[in-house]
Amino acid sequence: MIAQRIIFPLGVVLGIVVLGLVAGSVPALHGLFSVGLIYVAFAVFFFGFIAKVVNWAKSPVPFRIPTTAGQEFSLPWIKWSKIDNPSTTGGVILRMFFEVCLFRSLFRNMRTDLRSGWLIHSPTKWLWLLALGFHYSFLIIAIRHLRLFVQPVPGFVELLDKVDGMFQIGIPPIYLTDILILLCVTGLLLRRLFLPKVRFISLAADYFPLFLILGIVISGLLMRFVFRVDITAVKALANGIASFHPVVPEGIGAIFFVHVALVCTLIAYFPFSKLMHMGGVFMSPTRNLANTTRMAYHENPWRKPPKFHSYEEYEDMYRDYMKEAGLPLERE
Amino acid sequence: MAKELTPQEMLRIDLSPPTKDWMDIPTVIKPGIYCYPAKPEKVEIVGMPNGHVWSPLDDDWGLPEDWKETFLEGMRERLDKHRSFKIFMDICVRCGACADKCHFFLGSGDPKNMPVARAELLRSVYRGEFTKAGKILGRLAGGRKLTEDVLKEIWYYLFQCTECRRCSLFCPYGIDTAEVTIIGRELINLFGLNINWIQEPVANCYETGNHLGLLPHTFKQNVEFMCMDIEEFVGVTIEPPFNRKGAEILFVTPSGDVFAEPGIYTLSGYLLLFEHIGLDYTWSTYASEGGNFGFFTALDMAQRLNAKIYAEAKRLGVKWILGGECGHMWRVVHQYMNTFNGPPDFLEEPVSPITGTKFENAKSAKMVHITEFTADLIKHGKLKLNPKRNEHLKVTFHDSCNPSRGMGMFEEPRYVIKNVCPNFYDMPESTIREQTFCCGSGAGLNAGENMELRLRGGLPRANAVKYVHERFGVNTLACVCAIDRAVLPASMEYWVPEVDVAGVSELVGNALVMEGEHERTVDLRGRELPQFAEASQDSGESGEEVK
Repeated sequence: MIAQRIIFPLGVVLGIVVLGLVAGSVPALHGLFSVGLIYVAFAVFFFGFIAKVVNWAKSPVPFRIPTTAGQEFSLPWIKWSKIDNPSTTGGVILRMFFEVCLFRSLFRNMRTDLRSGWLIHSPTKWLWLLALGFHYSFLIIAIRHLRLFVQPVPGFVELLDKVDGMFQIGIPPIYLTDILILLCVTGLLLRRLFLPKVRFISLAADYFPLFLILGIVISGLLMRFVFRVDITAVKALANGIASFHPVVPEGIGAIFFVHVALVCTLIAYFPFSKLMHMGGVFMSPTRNLANTTRMAYHENPWRKPPKFHSYEEYEDMYRDYMKEAGLPLERE
Repeated sequence: MAKELTPQEMLRIDLSPPTKDWMDIPTVIKPGIYCYPAKPEKVEIVGMPNGHVWSPLDDDWGLPEDWKETFLEGMRERLDKHRSFKIFMDICVRCGACADKCHFFLGSGDPKNMPVARAELLRSVYRGEFTKAGKILGRLAGGRKLTEDVLKEIWYYLFQCTECRRCSLFCPYGIDTAEVTIIGRELINLFGLNINWIQEPVANCYETGNHLGLLPHTFKQNVEFMCMDIEEFVGVTIEPPFNRKGAEILFVTPSGDVFAEPGIYTLSGYLLLFEHIGLDYTWSTYASEGGNFGFFTALDMAQRLNAKIYAEAKRLGVKWILGGECGHMWRVVHQYMNTFNGPPDFLEEPVSPITGTKFENAKSAKMVHITEFTADLIKHGKLKLNPKRNEHLKVTFHDSCNPSRGMGMFEEPRYVIKNVCPNFYDMPESTIREQTFCCGSGAGLNAGENMELRLRGGLPRANAVKYVHERFGVNTLACVCAIDRAVLPASMEYWVPEVDVAGVSELVGNALVMEGEHERTVDLRGRELPQFAEASQDSGESGEEVK
């Protein structure tokens, strides 16, 4: 069954590749597999993402339950951990910034091994490095793609492009982020395949996005270095899509349709998958709340007054004992 | 335990899970790991459903016909009530960061005790019963249907989680297994599948006011019994007030402190401290429980038990509430109480009557932790202390899970300990403060029948104690939790003999120089102080010389 968890998503991704190749070689399908697919995928992503976030937001946060990762705000002479255990909105914003932008919690990661009767805890940064490398290269690559969609190309995109390609290795120059994302995604995949603990918990839904992204990266690189596509035609297509006046130029290589098919699958799949951690991380009540429950009242919208054993019932139940023990009574 | 295992045998742990799909690994419920089921009458007392006689080892658990609908309906309801639960069901990426953070996994090697796997037990049902992909693709989408076997598996592992939140600290999205366990336990409580070690204290607490079922006169007698000890060991007479109207402060502590060793010595510490500073306070026999096992059944049960504290504070007309040393009590007091039953506008913002310090961090809930209170007293020089009496102790501090990751109280206890004990050594950084390991028996799992589970879960904590024991000669494990005091002695005895467990207030009580005390030759447990033993030996020897 583990094999099925890996082979099934791999098969699906390969199927999409074949579909892209077929569509790419049939000019009549070019419009559908570029313009059509992209519009549909973005629409699904946009509305799906919003629907999911709205659905989460509909559930209230009845209790204030931050995971406190540092000294609480307490006595004035005790140094408190303003970011890891925030008691102010500013602190929460900083905590979220470090969490979202620098993966603070993952940075904390330790590995624990049992060696001759001792549990050894040692810091490990691999997962953090791979995750950070992957997410940032993905982000930069996505921004770089704006160059295709927006005319004139915004200054920051130009700049990013220059910095990313600064090493001028090869012609056309290979981007740093291209190498980085390839390494990181491969690393993340190898973890799942070979670390026993991670392999044990990995589902098809974990391999699928990795295979998809790997396919996207490889097809992108092939397009740039091996089966060169007509970049002018691609720009015309992308511009048309962005300006809602789509055109389908002729002569774009088949590999382009593979790339688009994979990207569109990823985008459309996004709102229905674990990839929604992108939205969820902002809404996690153990991270985005201040540790102020004793300082300020936090309301639970569905709170009901509790039915409890009242003092009067208690005294009625035990009056004789209490009297004998000399405990004060409300009623003799 | 089915079979007594030696520590060496217990340590044969394989932390590498098998290659088999976890859904294909059947769950075998083992003696020594599971706890006995709740007795029907204990379920009925508090009006919870379907109290019945059953055994986890039987095929038939006596489930009601419609248990499945009840479970799924309950799950739907909780998804709508708790954003945490909904998000935690949706966004786990199974990165594995939490995998080796759980004391039960580290101590047992059972791969379903990896927090991510434990949560997946329920998450797979969520996917299989609530999401389209899971309904259509089934296992390929990581989904499965709720069957009796699945329920039994979920049940078994819900009681192998102590809600310590260590995994949540390392999770990049803050996914908190404690939330999943809390809600999971609510679900199985919908048809009477609690364990008795939780249910009986809940029933007791509901009626008598405390987990141990101490009746009003017994509660009073137990406290007075410690006063007799104090009279003998310290030489001062203390007459603690009970149910006294008009006191300034209501003091609430877990009933474990009133009942068993070594918690009762922590109680002696409280009594001495209050006497020392002349505190205007009262005990309550009605709100005689700070702990809250209701928290381990269902949140509304926790709310019902917790309600007594504010109700009693109101009846007695106190200004604010002081709370004793306890772990999960402080999770509830700090993060839930105000929301459950507050805001208590009839109380005043807590101010220390001795130092005038305003406890800003408790100004709405109006309940202050004894360690915050003591730290402030020491800082202002209001306590006369003789730390030399603790000189023979080499102390380390166990951060309890809940005051650590559900509150953040790290400096106060260390400050107090360092002021009353000359020798203090912290355990390695990755095992203390926010990264602390559970005692292994929290969240209602401190029963006797699951001793193997407790010892396994206690391994990571004990292992770190062993390290400072061997390196610095640490012989005392201090803590601010009644469950710790109840369970760590067994864990220490098994893993690190020669280490005693003591509440921080006990150490304070030993060091307190009381007005009118006689020469302190013994500690609060009546054990001779080695310093004094040496002194008497010296005088004995010199006596011989004279001869």
